[in-house]
Amino acid sequence: MTHILSYSIWTPIFLGGLILLLSGKVSDIQAKWLSLSSSIISFLITIRLYTDFDFSFGQFQFQEFFHWIPAFHINYHLGVDGFAVPLILLTSFTTVIIIMASWRSIEDRVAQYMAAFLIMSGLMIGVFSALDAMLYYIFWEATLIPMFLVIGIWGGPNRIYATIKFFLYTVLGSLLMLVAFIYLYLHTNSFEVVNFYNAGLGLYTQILIFLALFMAFAVKIPMWPLHTWLPDAHVEAPTGGSIILAAVMLKLGAYSFIRFAIPIAPEAAIYLKGFMVTLSLIAILYIALIAIVQKDMKKLIAYSSISHMGFVTLGLFMFNSIGIEGAYVQMISHGFISAAMFLSVGILYDRLHTRHIADYGGVIHAMPTFTAFAVFFAMANCGLPGTSGFVGEFLVIMSAMQNNFWIAVIASSSLIFGAAYSLWMVKRVFYGEVRNQKIRALKDLSWREFFIVSILALLIILVGVFPKIITDMTNATTVQFLEHIHFIKPITLLPLDV
Amino acid sequence: MNQLIQFDISLILPEIFVLSMAMAVLMTGLFIKPSLRWIMFALSQFTLLGSAYLTYQHFNHETQFAFSKMFVRDGLADLLKIMSYLGISIIFFYSRSYMKDRNLYCGEYFALVLFALLGMMIMISSHNMLLVYMGLELLSLCLYSLTALDRDNQKATESAIKYFVLGALASGFLLYGMSMIYGATSSLDFNVVSAVLLNQPTDHAILVLGLVFVVAGLAFKLGAVPFQMWVPDVYEGSPSSIAMLISSVPKLAAFAITVRILGEGLQSMMVDWKQMMLIMAVLSISIGNITAIAQTNIKRMYAYSTISHIGFILFGLMSGTLNGYASSLFYVVSYMFMTLVSFAMLIMMSRKNFECETLDDFKGLNRKNPWYAFLMLITMLSMAGIPPTIGFYAKFMVLQSAFDAGFSSFVVYAVMMALVGMFYYMRIVKLMYFDEPKLKNKLDIPMDMQWILSANALALLVTGFIPQTFMEAATQAVVLSLH
Repeated sequence: MTHILSYSIWTPIFLGGLILLLSGKVSDIQAKWLSLSSSIISFLITIRLYTDFDFSFGQFQFQEFFHWIPAFHINYHLGVDGFAVPLILLTSFTTVIIIMASWRSIEDRVAQYMAAFLIMSGLMIGVFSALDAMLYYIFWEATLIPMFLVIGIWGGPNRIYATIKFFLYTVLGSLLMLVAFIYLYLHTNSFEVVNFYNAGLGLYTQILIFLALFMAFAVKIPMWPLHTWLPDAHVEAPTGGSIILAAVMLKLGAYSFIRFAIPIAPEAAIYLKGFMVTLSLIAILYIALIAIVQKDMKKLIAYSSISHMGFVTLGLFMFNSIGIEGAYVQMISHGFISAAMFLSVGILYDRLHTRHIADYGGVIHAMPTFTAFAVFFAMANCGLPGTSGFVGEFLVIMSAMQNNFWIAVIASSSLIFGAAYSLWMVKRVFYGEVRNQKIRALKDLSWREFFIVSILALLIILVGVFPKIITDMTNATTVQFLEHIHFIKPITLLPLDV
Repeated sequence: MNQLIQFDISLILPEIFVLSMAMAVLMTGLFIKPSLRWIMFALSQFTLLGSAYLTYQHFNHETQFAFSKMFVRDGLADLLKIMSYLGISIIFFYSRSYMKDRNLYCGEYFALVLFALLGMMIMISSHNMLLVYMGLELLSLCLYSLTALDRDNQKATESAIKYFVLGALASGFLLYGMSMIYGATSSLDFNVVSAVLLNQPTDHAILVLGLVFVVAGLAFKLGAVPFQMWVPDVYEGSPSSIAMLISSVPKLAAFAITVRILGEGLQSMMVDWKQMMLIMAVLSISIGNITAIAQTNIKRMYAYSTISHIGFILFGLMSGTLNGYASSLFYVVSYMFMTLVSFAMLIMMSRKNFECETLDDFKGLNRKNPWYAFLMLITMLSMAGIPPTIGFYAKFMVLQSAFDAGFSSFVVYAVMMALVGMFYYMRIVKLMYFDEPKLKNKLDIPMDMQWILSANALALLVTGFIPQTFMEAATQAVVLSLH
């Protein structure tokens, strides 16, 4: 199958648009089944990316190219390397999970809700596979609109504040990115990412470009101090929105660092390494401390997300292969774990309609199966060996140790704080005395919920004991990436027919 | 000699056609029964179709002059004229039921709009400052009277007088500036003026004084800060369909005269007018966007949003390159189509005895009618400049041309102001999608308006996927006409 990337992008968008058009005409349950089957079809298409990809070399594969806007040398140029494939798979997989997870919790405008997620997943795959900066930018901005609507329509009581904050924060960064792209366009007379890589900019220009791109990506990851939109957005978003936000949308930022900011401005990246590492460490440590004192479960998980994404940026800016691969494992693992955590909160919220930790207690007496899973996810969140959370953090700490002993010490201390906030929450919510009669009357997991959480648990263990499936994907690309950073070795494109 | 005049006449055929048809419509309006007023509508649409045909016949030929170089027909003129016909035709469709409900659906309306169109056509094609002034006055007088068309409405009359007084003052500025330039160069023809400025030493002080007045006059007509005071009042006071007219098509003509006077005639004074444009552009973008946030009346909000868009158009113009002019042209045309939809939404939601004027009237539109909420969503995204809508490419083109011309720090500033603008555009999306409807009435929209409105709004999205053709058309028109 050729044009597999175009199919991966446009199938969910097209099917989502179709469901949107049908929204008045089909019943809610039909809309749900339609969306579920659409998301599974899209997932199966992206599986082909994994099976047909040649992981032994790191260049862009499955390339597609045609001149889209010749007046500005903008091309419809797609292609993926080892950095993009795992995230594309994560995206399409998460969409299936979200649609299953929202089966019962959404009752208002169901078809529109499902369609928004399908369209969003297509757009995000577009971000991961665009090799033309303008195409990338268009996909990047377009993902905001469905997310803006999802939080704003289906969100909690303070949703409007949260969604507008989310929107303005993200756009602030991406407009600066646009300015950087315009500069690079005028400099190289092209919007091709590869031409940007080999533009040969001076250090001063590189620093400006890097900072402009940094604003866009750091908001998205989010890095301290640009993170304040995330807890609000998470708390107000419906469960599905929180899952996609944590599992995939945050990775857009990290991926963009690795696709744009670092290789376009490698000297600046090395020059500003201390700055980036400091921000990452603050995120890891300070945000973990903030997470401990949260009273709202979703807010707690949101802060723990920021703290975990700090490991990703820390790993990326160590500029060695363990660091980058650790960051990648951490990204994928965080995708699974944060999805599982938000899903668990969603399961509780669907039953009791509160997210306050204080309203819970002794859930284990009513929901033993669910508690088993939830405790497992919390353990994975604080990096229990054997789960995927451990591998990512361990690799990143190891690479930090190669760089500087003290960075490693500070980073590893977060394992303690991670355990503190995760386990303390578990203790207060699941163990102890049964708080009230409502908790005693809770029903344990339905088959649907059991199915979703067990898949996520299996994946967390799989990556935990066998991280090679991810590092194999990124290995060759990492080598090429590091050569480019350290020795300014040009990155080349394969001829298009490969 | 005879042949020469024949040739001249052949070039202004569209203008002659519009003029005679406008008179015919005016006369028909006098003698026709109110129930047969659709005839005037049909006649007006026929006028637009006919003149579009006459213009299209000539389309893309080389630049031709008529009447001793008073009048020019080139790619730029033809493109802008065809866009004006299209815009006016859409306006007629949108305003039909609105004007009927308010008893304003009379012969004068059609005649005045057609005369205004004639004025715009003359402005677009003028190659001489005197002709610019003639066209401008014809347009302005028609707009003043259209604003006061609802003569028993106090607000409309008040805003018409405001518009008239300030407009007359601006025309005076423009004329005074032109006379200074005439005094210094002894010509009003753009080519001659620019040749004189290039080759012969002239009194620079007088020229700059003239230039200041010309720029002030132009800025008033465009509605750029600090000459923007009339814009919100006129938008608010006039009936929505007239405000739609004022805010959309005349901007094409105003763009045309600006680019012809400054870019062609006073090309060699670029250093002087660039600074003025820069200040006006920056001020327009800032004041337009920031003040729009505070508005609760949606027409005033549109007015400030127009001011900010004009700022972006000036941003392209001030780069003073063909690339910059082309980007402004692209911007102004896409701006026109966005504005048409945004006002059409107001018209659509207004009924007899009810004017949709406050932001709250948009509350819960998605519940009442998801399709129109979606169309408005596209329009707001396009106005805010979010891809993949046409508004994004417009902003992108303008910014890259300004960047190319070396205004990089101002580009960053403009981008930040665009972010401010996004807030109030997204606020409308918020009202439509996140709030519950205030009024539970059903929308009653005529069939033709439904189709045209849908096509118009979807075009903003679809052209975002295939912008190449339009960018190329804009670039070509500018390159062929203003080289």
